[in-house]
Amino acid sequence: MKYVIIGNSAAAIGGVQGIRESDREGEITIVTDEAYHTYSRPLISYWLGGKVTDQNMYYRSKDFYKDNNVKVLFSRRAQKIEKSSVTLDNGDKLAFDKLLVATGSKPFIPPMKGLDKVKEQYTFMTWDSVKAIKKKVKKHSKVLIIGAGLIGLKAAEALYHLNADITVVDLADRILPSILDVDAGKIMQKHIEDKGTKIILSASVEEFSPKSAKLTNGETVDFDILIVAVGVRPNTELIAEAGGKVEKGIITDDTQLTTLKNVYAAGDCTVSHDCSTDTDKILALLPNAFMQGEIAGKNMAGVEAHYQNAIPMNAIGFYGLHIITAGSYDGEEYTQQDPAKEQYKKLVFKDGLLKGYILMGDVARAGIYTSMIKERIPLDNVDIELLKERPQMMMFGKARRVEKLGGLTVKE
Amino acid sequence: MKKVYVNEDWCLACHLCEYYCAAANSGAGSMIKAFAGGKKPIPRIKVEEGSGINFAVQCRHCDEPACVKGCITGALSVKDGVISCDESRCVGCYTCVMSCPYGCIVISEDSSVIQKCDLCLKNNNGEPACVKGCPNGAIVLEER
Repeated sequence: MKYVIIGNSAAAIGGVQGIRESDREGEITIVTDEAYHTYSRPLISYWLGGKVTDQNMYYRSKDFYKDNNVKVLFSRRAQKIEKSSVTLDNGDKLAFDKLLVATGSKPFIPPMKGLDKVKEQYTFMTWDSVKAIKKKVKKHSKVLIIGAGLIGLKAAEALYHLNADITVVDLADRILPSILDVDAGKIMQKHIEDKGTKIILSASVEEFSPKSAKLTNGETVDFDILIVAVGVRPNTELIAEAGGKVEKGIITDDTQLTTLKNVYAAGDCTVSHDCSTDTDKILALLPNAFMQGEIAGKNMAGVEAHYQNAIPMNAIGFYGLHIITAGSYDGEEYTQQDPAKEQYKKLVFKDGLLKGYILMGDVARAGIYTSMIKERIPLDNVDIELLKERPQMMMFGKARRVEKLGGLTVKE
Repeated sequence: MKKVYVNEDWCLACHLCEYYCAAANSGAGSMIKAFAGGKKPIPRIKVEEGSGINFAVQCRHCDEPACVKGCITGALSVKDGVISCDESRCVGCYTCVMSCPYGCIVISEDSSVIQKCDLCLKNNNGEPACVKGCPNGAIVLEER
């Protein structure tokens, strides 16, 4: 069996592990347009901020490819997918029996007037992108970041550790709108502003000059370095050009098979099914990418497996303040907050289920809430007061506890 | 594989397992040294107490571990069925805290890394300290 994997991040590595669970013999070839041993993309901000060394950037041990008998073609781009081969940028053709497309996403750069005049402009996506930033940034460098989402604020945090003077601009009226509600956003915004990072909301860039940006609110922001972190777009072109179905991302079934025969896809380039809302969306999250890749790998090697119970979920901290969020915020809300202590908690209920939550500050044992959402455990089966108090196993009935903690099965 | 199991009918909520766990993983060598001078080493086992129901919760060393699969750095891994964390590679993102269905990943005292039960394999305790120390046999290491 010949396996080809396009990509070398979490979904690709999940693919290798999924294949190797059952097939130790088949040939696996990874094609990556980067020059690095598999590294963790979310760590680039930690690396830039000096919190992670070069050596600790790697997602798997240096023997990973050898141990798993994987051949890697570095700095090679896959250009075309055909029925049973992939054409590379040097003209070579790689034959496959099963193909995994784990191409991830790329930064989205909206058209902005005068952007082409800015020499020092960067995105925040790859190790190379942060290496380029690190070369330029000095103490008190003026950095303008466009985008107050997860990527933009992670970039801001890294540059804060390098003592840069940071301004973040976003069109939205609040920070982190994809994961926080208004009140939690306010607490986080104050926390970040208190550290000296300037945040300008409800504004966009009207026009760039080489070293300054005129904003729609009339302000002008001077900068030495510009980082555009508005969002990302999935890399779907290979599948689309080969005739596979693509909507917001690559469409797969729950075995991660695309609409093309023998071609699987996993990770940020695909559309996932969010079981908290029963809708399809892109879930650009590392755990999701790895697990999809693993499911794809199992199926590629002939072991049937299905990817289910995906939800949006994020565990992330900014400037030392931690948040864990999951699921959907559409439903009946229960909130507890103490902004002075930077504590916030929101639980969202709908259809007799816990659908989503936001925890800020005290995030201990959050996974118990996550499991309720993913497993759709009915609220009728838990002690709702204990649920509201904090995540705890006590809120479940004895049967679940005896099964999960005692390793036995009993009837309630 | 042998795992740690709890029997909630026998748990007295004495919290000794928490103290034994914290001390065993503190590297201090003894309970007295581990807690000397107001130090508060963090246990990787947690006793939940309720009205007449008490039980200890610690890592289940799941066959399909959400913490390991979701780990963004590769710090969490499985070896011979035991899940452990290489703290030198942990960045304290808490993705595993978000993922563990039993709330068994704990946050270190300075919040910089996570810590978890590794069945006392790294601390040379010989057998899990919680099992050894439970006065009522409510925590056992067994094949089930």
